[in-house]
Amino acid sequence: MHIKILGTGCANCKRLEAHTREAVARLGLNARIEKVEDLPDIMAYGIMSTPGLVVDEEVKLTGRVPSVRELERLLQPA
Amino acid sequence: MWEALADALVYGLLGLDPASHGSQALHFFLYETLKIGFLLLLVTHLMGVVNAYFPVERVRRLIASGRLRGAEHLVASGFGAVTPFCSCSSIPLFIGFLQGGIPLGVTFSFLITSPLVNEVALALFLGLFGWKVTLVYAASGILLGTVLGWLLGRLKLERYVEAWVWQIAAQRVEAAAGPRPALRSQGAAISREAFGIMKKIGPYVLAGIGIGAFIHGYVPTGFFEAYISEHNPLAVPLSVLLAVPMYASASGVIPIVQALVAKGIPLGTAMAFMMGVVGLSLPEAMMLKKVMRVRLLGVFFGTVALSIILLGYTFNIIF
Repeated sequence: MHIKILGTGCANCKRLEAHTREAVARLGLNARIEKVEDLPDIMAYGIMSTPGLVVDEEVKLTGRVPSVRELERLLQPA
Repeated sequence: MWEALADALVYGLLGLDPASHGSQALHFFLYETLKIGFLLLLVTHLMGVVNAYFPVERVRRLIASGRLRGAEHLVASGFGAVTPFCSCSSIPLFIGFLQGGIPLGVTFSFLITSPLVNEVALALFLGLFGWKVTLVYAASGILLGTVLGWLLGRLKLERYVEAWVWQIAAQRVEAAAGPRPALRSQGAAISREAFGIMKKIGPYVLAGIGIGAFIHGYVPTGFFEAYISEHNPLAVPLSVLLAVPMYASASGVIPIVQALVAKGIPLGTAMAFMMGVVGLSLPEAMMLKKVMRVRLLGVFFGTVALSIILLGYTFNIIF
């Protein structure tokens, strides 16, 4: 699993990263978490509000920081 | 209701003398804090609900659809008002709008109103100045965004937007918003967001109300008039200039300004100052510098500043 956190480094982006790391740890997933801070790269995903969460190149969330519980549900392997 | 509660706390529970300056200031502080706290919670929740139903992606589709027949500037400006503003989101929004094929001028309409009319400013205005002034403020903010966006759109400023922005905009990526969460979990998220805003601005608001309470209790009426009167023609532009570096503490500035108005500063000058504080945001300018040439940034902020000054003069004449 390849997770990308899209954001220019604002407080919300850092919170999303922390929540994501915690959710991944709780689920015991084998995931690579990458931060994307370069604007052109972020915008190429077609998002209109940061932060954004991308899982395996699919945009899962934009513009808000979900709770760790919600992230766990979102990242759970089907 | 809040008046009675503050009465009960200060004069009843603490048994303070209603005639002394100190207890009057404390009463004012408690009363304002209770009232503004309640309004902040109410307005942030309300805006959260509006945004859950009208996320920016949907707004963009509506504006780009061409069904608005000339009302694009007004609609963009209006949505700018109800969308919570964060300087870190201004670039994704800017590029996202251009990506959707929305003209630069319409994008500016959104961008001008978004910080100017925001949920925190509205709640503070409602609590401190009453609904009439709040309405005038919101309406003039939306009008400003509409007219200036239209004007900037006619100036053909597209070449002053950085080239990489147009490259991305040309890709016309489909908006990706991810699956919408269930309404129940959204409700919780809206509430969490609202309390998050409260926590962030709380200290500023309390400090502002505290300073305001001190002015109310101890500064004699008419004290400031000697410096900032209606007859000083430079008062409006000077207060707008003074407002620019105050962005970070916007939520603390508004309660102080209310106290100043109560002590005789003309409302128009105060309005222009507050519009300058929230509308001419330095952090936003720093962000937008990544996508706009300095010249465009100058035109953008220059016209907004000029219009706020004009509005200030107009308000001073009307009120």
